Amino acid sequence: MKNTLILSTALAGMAFGAAAQEVNVVSWGGAYEMSQVEAYNKPFAEQTGIKVNMIAADNPATPLKAQVEARNITGDVFDVEVSDAIRLCDEGALVEIDPAMLPAAPDGTPAAEDFLDGALLDCAVANIFWGTVIAFDKTKFEGEAPSTAADFFDLEKFPGKRGLPKNPKRTLYLALIADGVPADQIYDKLGSEEGVEQAFAKLDTIKNDVVWWEAGAQPVQLLADGEVTMATGYNGRFFDAMVAEGKPFEIIWEGQYMDLDMFVIPKDSPNPEEAIEYLKFATDTQRLADQAKYIAYGPARKSSAALVGMYQDGKTEMAPHMPTNPEYMTTAVMDDPEFWADHDAELTERFNSWLAGS
Amino acid sequence: MAVPTYASPLERVWHYAYLVICGLIFFFLIAPIVVIIPLSFNAEPYFTFTEKMRSFDPEGYSLRWYRSLLTFGMQNPDATGAAFWADAWANAKWVNAAKNSIIIGFFSTILATVLGTLAALGLSRPEMPFRRIIMATLISPMIVPLIITATGMFFFYSNPCELLGLFGLPTSCGRLAGTYLGVILAHATLGIPFVIITVTATLVGFDQSLNRAAASLGANPRTTFFRVTMPLILPGVISGALFAFVTSFDEVVAVLFIAGPDQQTIPRQMWNGIREQISPAILAVATLLVVFSIALLTTVELLRRRSERIRGVTPH
Amino acid sequence: MANALDPHAAIATTASGAPDRGSLTAADGKPLARALARSQQRARRRAFLLVLPLLAFILITFVIPIGQMLQRSFYNDGFSANMPQISAWFAENPRGTEPDEAAWAALAADLSASAEERSIGVVGTRINYDVPGTRSLFTSTGRQVRRGIEPPYREALVEIDEDWASPRLWSAMRNAATPLTGNFYLAAVDRTRADDGSIRQVEERQQVYVMLFMRTFWLSLLITALTFVLGFPIAHLLATLPMRKSNLLMILVLLPFWTSLLVRTTSWMVLLQQQGVINDILVWMGAIGSDGRLQMIYNQTGTIIAMTHILLPFMILPLYSVMRTINPSYVRAARSLGATSWTAFRRIYFPQTLPGLGAGALLVFILAVGYYITPALVGGSSGQLISNMIAMHMTDTLNWSMAAALAALLLGSVLILYWLYDRLVGIDNLKLG
Repeated sequence: MKNTLILSTALAGMAFGAAAQEVNVVSWGGAYEMSQVEAYNKPFAEQTGIKVNMIAADNPATPLKAQVEARNITGDVFDVEVSDAIRLCDEGALVEIDPAMLPAAPDGTPAAEDFLDGALLDCAVANIFWGTVIAFDKTKFEGEAPSTAADFFDLEKFPGKRGLPKNPKRTLYLALIADGVPADQIYDKLGSEEGVEQAFAKLDTIKNDVVWWEAGAQPVQLLADGEVTMATGYNGRFFDAMVAEGKPFEIIWEGQYMDLDMFVIPKDSPNPEEAIEYLKFATDTQRLADQAKYIAYGPARKSSAALVGMYQDGKTEMAPHMPTNPEYMTTAVMDDPEFWADHDAELTERFNSWLAGS
Repeated sequence: MAVPTYASPLERVWHYAYLVICGLIFFFLIAPIVVIIPLSFNAEPYFTFTEKMRSFDPEGYSLRWYRSLLTFGMQNPDATGAAFWADAWANAKWVNAAKNSIIIGFFSTILATVLGTLAALGLSRPEMPFRRIIMATLISPMIVPLIITATGMFFFYSNPCELLGLFGLPTSCGRLAGTYLGVILAHATLGIPFVIITVTATLVGFDQSLNRAAASLGANPRTTFFRVTMPLILPGVISGALFAFVTSFDEVVAVLFIAGPDQQTIPRQMWNGIREQISPAILAVATLLVVFSIALLTTVELLRRRSERIRGVTPH
Repeated sequence: MANALDPHAAIATTASGAPDRGSLTAADGKPLARALARSQQRARRRAFLLVLPLLAFILITFVIPIGQMLQRSFYNDGFSANMPQISAWFAENPRGTEPDEAAWAALAADLSASAEERSIGVVGTRINYDVPGTRSLFTSTGRQVRRGIEPPYREALVEIDEDWASPRLWSAMRNAATPLTGNFYLAAVDRTRADDGSIRQVEERQQVYVMLFMRTFWLSLLITALTFVLGFPIAHLLATLPMRKSNLLMILVLLPFWTSLLVRTTSWMVLLQQQGVINDILVWMGAIGSDGRLQMIYNQTGTIIAMTHILLPFMILPLYSVMRTINPSYVRAARSLGATSWTAFRRIYFPQTLPGLGAGALLVFILAVGYYITPALVGGSSGQLISNMIAMHMTDTLNWSMAAALAALLLGSVLILYWLYDRLVGIDNLKLG
């Protein structure tokens, strides 16, 4: 046993003791992680000499919670969804972040005013906004093309199957929008029994023609195969299919569901100072604008919008593809973390019960 | 398997029907594997037979996913010659993942097979006390949902000595989470039930009097085990080891919790970023593994035939 | 011949040849009963020693950590540890007592202290499990109380939010005031506690777990049966063919086996979907019309096909390794004694394969119960299984107590099934060879 322990300590030392200065960032992997590596990590390492270790997780909040509970924190910066940021912050697991510490915009606007609404929390700083939007295959509708959320539910006018995510958060709101509920009243509706019933009743009208998806990669695949004619999915994925792969898709921005990805730092992380440095660097105006070059998600700072330029192919203007484009923001439904912290479990159970019924 | 000469006509018909049924089942087994091979040469990042692929237009096919297996994660993918390969060997994420998968799979299989076979031998002795409850305990890693297992193990591997506190001993002795040893132990735990179940099943049909015969002829227990027991239960041990290896080779949840950035395995790399995209690179990996295992299994089979020929054993 | 090799027989022979017929002795002259007992003792110890290393390994690295994890299903001190004063008030006053001013004062003091320590989220989360919609009540009230609160506390708190007067909330706080709770188990079987503490079913539209448990077990059973139907002929063919042929065919079984789960699941999507390969072939052959494409995936059929395929090798390999050891002369003997081939199969061959079948069925069934990734991806609206909910509570809602309760129920029911299986099939009593 003793030998094993020496061996394990040695192996642990090999894993984490190599560089003098480093920071461990836990993110979502895939194309999103690549955009962060390009826009944040590479220039950060160049300027500060601090090595960035990128660790991928399916949802970084899960290892974060496990590390906090086991009192064994190995990550320094975690990229989590806003509801998890709030939940873990209220549980006292995260370092509080003073907005005054963050770099101001190039024109001198303090960070507290430069970030979009909801992008700064007690313990978290947003880096990007991403939208769940409707996309359709242009080649499937020869006459009039669908243009509203209501069209998504109109099987007669726009025949074909629909792709929807298998969770209540990104389906119930869409049913209400299609039913004519204004975006700013969605959560009032969903907080009431009639509102929830109304949403399920609307979903009932297309239930038999829905292909439910689980992973963000699926809706694009379903559209590309012609398995569905319309699907909701993450705007960055559709962008990729349209621009990089030339697929004949089009996005309907009405009623997009907006989420934030946020950076948080757990208490007692191994490299607290480097973590703060990284956070400051990664969320400055230029870095957030740079990220848009690699992935079509909107920067969390107002001042970044002007700096957003071309896609990495050098010919696609990114601004019309940003979910934070002011034009799209008017009908967008923002993620309400307080509402979902209160009702997520209840509505998920109800949603699954509804799914199982015929 | 020929039809015996005494078979009735009905039995002959049944025999051929049986072969056809088996052929269909083999087709069911292999069809999904056959499908992925052409798809791995798809020029588009989707799992679709595109129009161009169907009309055998060369433009519809490409090696881009195979290339991405090497270039993904490399410092300088544009280099040529030896520098390219050295960089790929050291930095390419899929290459590192393959190395890790093999190391972790190998050691966890050895551990699971040795411990599991010993325990199965003990469990199949009629005089074994508390057999049912011990058996249930040993196969429980297979029953508990993986996500619970992985989280629970993460707590343990974060500080393996915490329990020593109950005996007043020091409660800190380094971590296993984030080390190779940690992942190997975790995978061994997950593989053990497979070894236990298959080896115990083989031992049920094992005639214990053979051991006694060996002992009465003067063999010590070790010789008896290696010369008598082992060759007879070998098929069970091998299929148990196979299960254990595959469990480790395709396991992602425990890796997610217990592995550090240095122990990323192939499945971890496959599931990586599934929120955004499932890359057809996974089909390229699968195809390479198919080719590799066909080559391996064929070599083993040819060697076996050769040794049979040399030993003068005529195959049936 | 067999007798001469049997040590017990040898002892008996020695014993019968011994002069003293009153008490039997072993070869060394000691009483036989004691020698036998000792030798059995030794055999028991030896058997146990073989198992011991693995048992210790599993106990330390698996059973204890999982036990600690499952403990969360009935132990949650999120409320009681952070709200000590009101918890004490609940302990002193029996159920049914109207909260008096002392209770409200204790509540206000606890809220203020908890908000100060940033543990109010834990408290709110705990109550939210029982009364959905109350988490924000705690966090927002906590923020206001932190700025100062004046007595009378009842009026002050109700003014902040009238929900504080709700009897349901007080009932939930009373339940949470002790860390030990059965509520997670109740929730896991679609039950809840009414305001007066009695147990009742949740509303029909919220009922989901019992249905998912049943669906999980039913599907697993079906898939086990299917793998048996498909696996048995294959295993039999492989076991009876000459080695050189069977080893080549074995590759066809092993290839899918070590192809990644994700790859195989994706591949089934490509094959089975409405615009997929099989439908295309059927349309091309003219078997179905272009608008009559079959729906074979994103429903129960897809789940069954994909899972049967993934689990089939777990049935074939144990069956094969047992069938290999079956001596063909038994069946020949039966035939020569006049049995038809069906009778010979049914009475002689099949019983000998039971250990392999038992092991295969056990493996397939248990693995099927725990699978969720494949059904989630290809199962459509009916693809949700109980493990999905466990994973969801672990990773999305972070309600680990609920996940632990569901997992404990799943583990418990599988162990009960295992025990029944052992009683009915009898893993030990399968020595028919």
